[in-house]
Amino acid sequence: MENNLFNYTLHLADNSLTMGHRLSEWTGHGPMLEQDIAISNIALDLIGQSRNFYQYAAALKDDSVTEDLLAYLRDAREFKNLLITEIPNGDWAKTIMKLFLFSTYQFCFYQKLIDSSDKQLAAIAEKSLKEVTYHVRWSSEWVIRLGDGTEESNKRIKLAMEEVWPFTGEMFQPAEYESLLINNRISVDVSEIKNDWMGRVKSVLEEATLSYPEDKNTWMQTGGKNGIHTEHLGYLLAEMQFLQRAYPGCEW
Amino acid sequence: MEETKQNVTINKAWKLMEDVYDPEIPVLSIIDLGIVRDIQLSNDAIEIFITPTYSGCPVMDVISMNIRIALTENGFKKIKITQQLSPAWTTDWMIENGKEKLKAYGITPPIGKSFDKKYLEELKVECPHCHSLNTKLISQFGSTACKALYQCNDCLEPFDYFKCH
Repeated sequence: MENNLFNYTLHLADNSLTMGHRLSEWTGHGPMLEQDIAISNIALDLIGQSRNFYQYAAALKDDSVTEDLLAYLRDAREFKNLLITEIPNGDWAKTIMKLFLFSTYQFCFYQKLIDSSDKQLAAIAEKSLKEVTYHVRWSSEWVIRLGDGTEESNKRIKLAMEEVWPFTGEMFQPAEYESLLINNRISVDVSEIKNDWMGRVKSVLEEATLSYPEDKNTWMQTGGKNGIHTEHLGYLLAEMQFLQRAYPGCEW
Repeated sequence: MEETKQNVTINKAWKLMEDVYDPEIPVLSIIDLGIVRDIQLSNDAIEIFITPTYSGCPVMDVISMNIRIALTENGFKKIKITQQLSPAWTTDWMIENGKEKLKAYGITPPIGKSFDKKYLEELKVECPHCHSLNTKLISQFGSTACKALYQCNDCLEPFDYFKCH
């Protein structure tokens, strides 16, 4: 039970950290100054959320476990993030599509997690929900702008959709540690938020003149929640964890 | 009697917090921002409860350090700073005086109380320079996560708006 809570908290922390790190790769490379700043701010929010989860996860263990150790000294196989958070950014359209689908998921998810019987998870959710509301709003506007924009932007966002879509199925399939926490109302039953997510995604796609992929035969990638990742996570961690690996215990 | 002495100490600590400023918005104290939730005293240890504004706000550590310095310099020895996430911080807690200071500094304070009912685009955000309401949103994220970037259509100056949160 305790270990399930630890793994579940890590799953939530890893989601935010990995997505936050990916978005931070745009810092200094955004298509224009304002958007560079916006995406860096969103990255900061996510990394802040992950810190709250890591601190809580560390508190569930003994004193030898710290937030830094959890973020910077675990290997890819131990990360429990959704695959959508680790896949490379691609172009602006792909980054936007990833963020839009993921933020909308986080929005629906945190709305439920605020009712968790675990007070700390509920508190982090309450805090995060406010931030995620802005992320959804910002990324939705970009999806609409790109979809309903030029021929080129429309082509790119459609391609982004095709590339990112197979990574959405995993969001609504609970891992074992997650399922085992549903009964005592600690975790969110993610299968139940799918309709809410779908409704929100559909309405933005519609405004963006894009169609919602109804095809039930799309192969959905899974594994992230249980530590089975794409080859991209290793490279991401190599960069993100470099400092702690090279200079163990380094603080500033 | 003992209780009175305790209250004096606690009140002194509250007073000191008025001189701890947000490094990113140096006109606002942490009292103006409304992030000090509670101050308690037990066994000679003073405990300050603060609520972070944004999860990733990089100045929370600096603020904690400044709280510690302010208390240490004024004779407090045992100091504990506890971050309290719930209830989540909201711009509604920013005190009126703080909003006035913000405006004088050139940042438009948060408008209204409801956080997600109004979209940024629908708000009438006043230019802190010429007070015109004829302004436009440039970006939902400004120089820090808590601000959006606007521009005045009359005086053409860009300015920060402290978002409702």
